[in-house]
Amino acid sequence: MNLTLYVWRQKDANDKGRMEKYAAKDINEHMSFLEMLDVVNEDLAQQGIEPIAFDHDCREGICGTCSLVVNGRPHGHETGTTVCQLHMRHFKDGDSIYIEPWRAKAFPVVRDLIVDRSAFDRIMQAGGFVSVNTGSAQDANSIPISKEAADTAMDAAACIGCGACVAACPNASAMLFVSAKISQLASLPQGQAERERRARGMIAQMDAEGFGNCTNFYECEAACPKEIPVKFIAKMNREYMRALAKGK
Amino acid sequence: MNATAAKKVYSGDASVPLANISIGMKVVMAVTGASFILFIIGHLMGNMQIFIGQEQFNAYAAFLQGLGELLWIERVLIFTFFAIHIFYGIKLYFENSGARGVSYKKFNPSQTTYTARTMIWSGLALLAFVVFHIAHFTAHVVYPEYAHLEDALGRHDAYTMVVVGFQHAWVSILYIISMGFLAFHLSHALPSLFQTIGLIHPNLRNKERVIGRLFALIIFLGYVSIPVAIMAGIVRLPKGGM
Amino acid sequence: MTLESKVPSGPIADKWDNHRFQMKLVNPANKRKYSAIIVGTGLAGASAAASMAELGYNVKAFCYQDTPRRAHSIAAQGGINAAKNYQNDGDSIYRLFYDTVKGGDFRSREANVYRLAQVSTAIIDQCVAQGVPFAREYGGTLANRSFGGAQVSRTFYARGQTGQQLLLGAYSALCRQIAAGKVAMYPRTEMLDLVVVDNRARGIVVRDMVTGEISSHSADAVILATGGYGNVFYLSTNAKGCNVTAAYRAYKKGAFFANPCFTQIHPTCIPQSGDYQSKLTLMSESLRNDGRIWVPKKKDDNRHPNDIPEEERDYYLERKYPSFGNLAPRDISSRSAKEVVDEGRGIGPTGVGVYLDFRDAINRLGKDAIRDRYGNLFQMYERITGEDPYEVPMRIYPASHYTMGGLWVDYNLESTIPGLFVLGEANFSDHGANRLGASALMQGLADGYFVIPYTIGDYFARAGNSDVDASHKEFANVEKEVEERTRKYLSINGKRTPDSFHRELGKIMWEHCGMNRNEQGLKKALEKIPALREEFWENLLVLGNDKNLNQTLELAGRVADFLEFAEIMIYDALTREESCGAHFREEYQTEEGEAKRDDENFSFVSAWEFTGVGKKPNLHKESLEFENVQLATRSYK
Repeated sequence: MNLTLYVWRQKDANDKGRMEKYAAKDINEHMSFLEMLDVVNEDLAQQGIEPIAFDHDCREGICGTCSLVVNGRPHGHETGTTVCQLHMRHFKDGDSIYIEPWRAKAFPVVRDLIVDRSAFDRIMQAGGFVSVNTGSAQDANSIPISKEAADTAMDAAACIGCGACVAACPNASAMLFVSAKISQLASLPQGQAERERRARGMIAQMDAEGFGNCTNFYECEAACPKEIPVKFIAKMNREYMRALAKGK
Repeated sequence: MNATAAKKVYSGDASVPLANISIGMKVVMAVTGASFILFIIGHLMGNMQIFIGQEQFNAYAAFLQGLGELLWIERVLIFTFFAIHIFYGIKLYFENSGARGVSYKKFNPSQTTYTARTMIWSGLALLAFVVFHIAHFTAHVVYPEYAHLEDALGRHDAYTMVVVGFQHAWVSILYIISMGFLAFHLSHALPSLFQTIGLIHPNLRNKERVIGRLFALIIFLGYVSIPVAIMAGIVRLPKGGM
Repeated sequence: MTLESKVPSGPIADKWDNHRFQMKLVNPANKRKYSAIIVGTGLAGASAAASMAELGYNVKAFCYQDTPRRAHSIAAQGGINAAKNYQNDGDSIYRLFYDTVKGGDFRSREANVYRLAQVSTAIIDQCVAQGVPFAREYGGTLANRSFGGAQVSRTFYARGQTGQQLLLGAYSALCRQIAAGKVAMYPRTEMLDLVVVDNRARGIVVRDMVTGEISSHSADAVILATGGYGNVFYLSTNAKGCNVTAAYRAYKKGAFFANPCFTQIHPTCIPQSGDYQSKLTLMSESLRNDGRIWVPKKKDDNRHPNDIPEEERDYYLERKYPSFGNLAPRDISSRSAKEVVDEGRGIGPTGVGVYLDFRDAINRLGKDAIRDRYGNLFQMYERITGEDPYEVPMRIYPASHYTMGGLWVDYNLESTIPGLFVLGEANFSDHGANRLGASALMQGLADGYFVIPYTIGDYFARAGNSDVDASHKEFANVEKEVEERTRKYLSINGKRTPDSFHRELGKIMWEHCGMNRNEQGLKKALEKIPALREEFWENLLVLGNDKNLNQTLELAGRVADFLEFAEIMIYDALTREESCGAHFREEYQTEEGEAKRDDENFSFVSAWEFTGVGKKPNLHKESLEFENVQLATRSYK
């Protein structure tokens, strides 16, 4: 199939950037979206045009590196899928495809379709951990954890930190990401000691990074490639109020 | 790139004022909003007494007036909550619209409802309505001639005031439109409230939007029934009234 | 130079304890005076960085990804082994040790493997304490499963995302140390060379992948945790960014490269669908518990698989290995698939693939039971291929997955360059000629959490602070070399992109040094690789410049190193005139087509020393002594 691509090109963080139109020729339906871009890039290189820079690594939907907004949706229209696992069979010959980077003030564009998501790292650094030094852990079975609690923690922990929630949210809010980590650790006995401190720290850092606020649009849940539910945001809100109530 | 050097990392014990925290603001919006929902339900229950008749309605009005200081405390409280709700609503609006930075050339949200997207506008419309509504029925600025009506028992004749008020078509129409805004606002507000406070029962997830809409519809029909009934002549002035 | 493994004396069970006592310590107050550079922040790197920072050392950590949380350890699905014996089914440290040595076809160092089995239990404790949500039983205790043909249930797992959860645990520990100021983290920064002065690793030269700036970093020790070299095959289950550059640069500076020809081919990957294919996706090995592997008995049978009657199907693994059947070890299962494809009985549009069929399991257990067990894997398969595995058998084929070979290290994980340590997949020590399932995560974390924090202290205490910092002229020299090399890629201005060279190299390697090797093929590869390398330096096309983010330029450097590195692999495969584990030399097989190991002549680790580009490296041998396990021929019949 042949496609028309409208791709965001931006030389570096200081460049204004613009959309460019490219033709994607002889695309096979079994290609992944990123393999389609590989083909276009090879073609561009032969024409002397610098290839489109885009983030990608594992290409199997788990590392969270790939980050393209395809026709107005992060990771494209398929649900529960990263863009590296989006295959071209979902497109038709002659389609026009808009490809843009994640858009958020807290995720500045580095180049073309690549953004800087280090804000997520800093949120993690503000409390997304259990303070346990290597070697000081007791036997793994000494604290029983109910299957329900472990499953809830795992549901939340499935987050791959790609940032699609931010890209999808009309407010560019990062609450789904932050709530997933807070909920994971709040569900487990190991997370209790620092529960309040963690919630306050991560939320304060989230705000300082300039993400928007949640107004319950639920776009994040729909865009999340791991289908993390917004109930974790509700849980995070409770965790925050709990921290306030305890005065910690 | 050195992630550590870029920005301060909060270590968890940082004292950030509650109201400047995103979730703090959400909670403030939710709590103040919840008080309005209670108010709206109470107010509607009071208003519906108009269908019982002049005697009952005026007695209710007199009861409210008789509360004295309590009524003023309630008024001050609700006014303060209102001011807070509006202040943070506007603050959130500006913060949120600034958080995107560069906008998408093509953006295709799938979940956002029209009512959710227009909360700021339905809210501001409601603010305008409330100002008018108070001017009309409480401060009597709009039709001052109805301010001092008295019924046979010498009470303030609120019943006649309301009926006469809604007999002006423009007042009724404005009122009905405003109740539309209220319904819009509520249909996103109620599920949002549950989500923010974290009170959604897992079994009700995905149903809360329907619940919100149903609640908004009931409130809308309730409030709108009064001007409609008056316009249709079902609720009338008492014989011998003005 | 002789290779000193520095394995402590004494009974195997006491070696590590004795060694820990004999190692020198750094006074707690002095730890902050020592610094280390850690390159790579996957399981091994992140756990090492966090643990060393907790002890008080100053750490600088580097990764090419935009954040440490994305390292490819994240992709491991199945689980992590540990000799906890929670299931009361006869597991023990000794059994895990024995299984690992035997699984590695007796080409690993006993003492290292024993230590790995010993510390495996502490890894699980540590990860649980970090909040890793391992699967649990209703009673609240940890769940286990048997994995990769093991006879005991010793594998801990977190759904199909064990690697992700363990990495996020290590990453969170790392985050804590970054916040504490003990680790300086440099993401999107690629190590391009190692700096050695007076026979001691002093630091590294890196390129900031966003600004293009080349800079030097010095420390008292350098630790590489940069993963494997599976991408030498171009198509592999590795992430696109995985590369050999850091390890290869260290090799060029004097570190020996051990057993490079030991590369593991994973039997259950989704087959290649066309020339545009950029990577291969692994389907968890657990699928083989219920799926049956078959091909048509006839050659070039183009019928739809559901139309091929039972009697015309060849369930070749069940036929050849009645006792293990579809659960035969990875190398055997992979080779058998290649065999039937070579016979012309392969399936799918390309004819390179075999069926993994769940029809019988669905009939026996019901669709729902199968969905419970493999639902997410089936979904992933359908997403990629567009075929529904509940209705049509899956198509699978082996793909390059893990590399057992790596930089040679002694018992302390120190390479042949003093002060250069190597952890995780980047070193060679624990898996011999073949790695068992669920052991990669175990080794990465063992090295990072429980080995290097001890041995690095001993090194610091013995060697003291490095008296050379980044202002030394050697750093300037290396920076200049790196800059020149970078500019060279940009100035060739030829016609072929680095990716096209990489693909061609991959084909050569897969064909001649993949699942089966023979002398003739390997010698052919030794002709093809230098020719391709020559063309690379004449006909490379890299657009743009070196002063900003340039992904083609990054790739050019990595491909250039793969083009040199590939030769050591070939030399190693050629020299190892036996078949063992994942290394199968066609000349050395039994009459039944099984691998024929030669313990008399090849019971050693090959450690290769760089002698110049395009020149045959020098071979050093570390002979392997087996005092605790009896050498035996693996049999899965």
